[in-house]
Amino acid sequence: MSTPVKHFAPLARLLHWVMALMVIAMLFIGAGMVASVSERHEWLLNLHKPLGIAILLLVIVRIIVRVTTVTPPLPADLPAVQALAAKLSHYLLYALMLAMPLIGWAMISAAGDPVMLGSSVRLPSIVAANPDTFAVLRKAHAYLAYLFFLTILAHLAAALFHGWVRRDEVLDSMLRGKSRD
Amino acid sequence: MIDRELPYPRKPPLSNPEKLARLAGIGLIVLIAAGAFAYVNGSLDPQRLTPARVVDVFERNNGVHPGYRRNHPKGICVAGVFESNGAAASLSKAEVFASGRTPVIGRLAVPTGNPYSPDSAAPLRSFAVQFTQPNGQQWRTGMNSMPVFPVGTPEAFIDLQIATGPDPKTGKPDPAKPPAFFAAHPEAQPFLAWVKTAKPSASFVTETYNSVNAFVLVNADGKRQPVRWSLVPEATDAAPAPDAKEYLNKDLNDRLASGPQRWKLILTLANPQDPTNDASKAWSGEHKTVDAGTLVVDADSSQLNGDCRDINYDPLILPSGIEGSDDPLLAARSAAYAASYMRRTSEVDQLKAEPALEKQP
Ligand code: HEM
Ligand code: HEM
Repeated sequence: MSTPVKHFAPLARLLHWVMALMVIAMLFIGAGMVASVSERHEWLLNLHKPLGIAILLLVIVRIIVRVTTVTPPLPADLPAVQALAAKLSHYLLYALMLAMPLIGWAMISAAGDPVMLGSSVRLPSIVAANPDTFAVLRKAHAYLAYLFFLTILAHLAAALFHGWVRRDEVLDSMLRGKSRD
Repeated sequence: MIDRELPYPRKPPLSNPEKLARLAGIGLIVLIAAGAFAYVNGSLDPQRLTPARVVDVFERNNGVHPGYRRNHPKGICVAGVFESNGAAASLSKAEVFASGRTPVIGRLAVPTGNPYSPDSAAPLRSFAVQFTQPNGQQWRTGMNSMPVFPVGTPEAFIDLQIATGPDPKTGKPDPAKPPAFFAAHPEAQPFLAWVKTAKPSASFVTETYNSVNAFVLVNADGKRQPVRWSLVPEATDAAPAPDAKEYLNKDLNDRLASGPQRWKLILTLANPQDPTNDASKAWSGEHKTVDAGTLVVDADSSQLNGDCRDINYDPLILPSGIEGSDDPLLAARSAAYAASYMRRTSEVDQLKAEPALEKQP
């Protein structure tokens, strides 16, 4: 067997950073629009829907890239709990990247509203119109968004902990293609 | 899956103070991110007018009536079709304006905040309509029988609700507050002048319903025309309301039993100097109007289980060819209706248990 890679594949790194920006933007756009009755509500929502669907498409590509490229291993001396937390939080992040846009799309469908991206593009409804379904999905969209934000904060703190305190290769494995030394 | 890595080149260990400083740095970054999020979602700013706070004001004024709309809660579902004559097709590329028929689901309502209000509680009626085009796009519009709105901004509208609602201290409306509000809001004069002459009508069917807000029609060449629209009744037997608590639904049922009820959809084209961003101002003087077709209503059903119940008549659900104007009430309505919809859709089970309108005194 060859020595394990130290860095994520270039496409994996590109997807990671582009999607990190998009997801964080989406969380702020979503939180900001539901707190506004000004024109901001309208234009943020018109940004929120197409950007969210773009995340759905990208996460599908990303999952394919994730299973078809070699992923750098975690440091061998990382305590087992931390290694487990890392794995579980990564699964959670993938699950949320996939679930959030699907729930957004489904809840608009459940409201019986046309799922419009822009003024003329309409996506098909993916669930039947039903008020109970809408209520559950709409609440899930909000609660999972908060869970998403907290998970991202923990992920960010852990990445910085690796880079600044442990000073292992974990942060570098996503930041760059070659080792510093 | 992620496997454990081989030992990596060790960097010299950090001293304890160095470690602490770095941990504090990480803590600070997380805190700033969380703070930015709390700022954006309004948690740090209890004064910000959010959709939830708008709906809270309705609930404070009217009480919470689970399952019902938080405004205009008393109403009845109707169904029918819009027969377009094609006259507006040169103004808007929306399919609904091409010659032909578009199915509609509507809701006629009494614009108070209480589902048990007597029909004469306000000299106003409202009509909300959803048009579903063949391409699946929809046009939803909530119209009122008033020609102009009392105020032009969501902030002023909420202040008006607070001024006419119960005082938080006494629990009763304070008679000094509405005059003070209207003194501070001269823009309400056209509405006040109209409301003085307005009487509750005996029928939903004899009323004219106005979009009040301005919208923009866009045609196939991209030409934009600001408009307001109205549904003008074909019925001509308008009469003052009878001395009774409930009469509107029976009147509607009786009329539908003898045949469909009709309104003309009239588009009023803005002149260049007309304000599109202020629903409190009438468009006065000569205006070109276009008769776009006829709305035909042929059936009604209870709002407790009818098709209109689960529709959010958000005025910004629009097909390609109709756009919102720069009227700030439109975005506010869209945001507040979504908040009202979110609350009431999780309460529909309670509606099913409700013995309809007779329940209350
Ligand atoms: C990664 C993807 C997404 C994220 C992170 C996200 C995030 C959010 C957040 C934080 C909110 C505010 C929730 C609240 O506090 O009530 C929200 C609301 C909303 N989102 Fe998303 N969202 C995503 C995808 C989508 C998609 C794809 C759609 C539709 C196609 C969508 C439609 C909506 C709608 C309609 C609202 C509510 C607007 C209102 O009630 O005024 N979202 N979203
Ligand atoms: C900022 C100002 C306004 C606010 C905050 C507001 C708020 C609301 C709310 C919360 C509802 C209940 C929505 C639902 O649960 O589906 C409602 C219903 C309604 N509003 Fe407004 N509204 C405003 C201005 C207007 C204006 C200018 C009109 C003029 C045409 C209007 C016409 C209607 C109608 C017709 C309904 C009933 C819709 C139905 O039957 O489902 N509103 N409003």
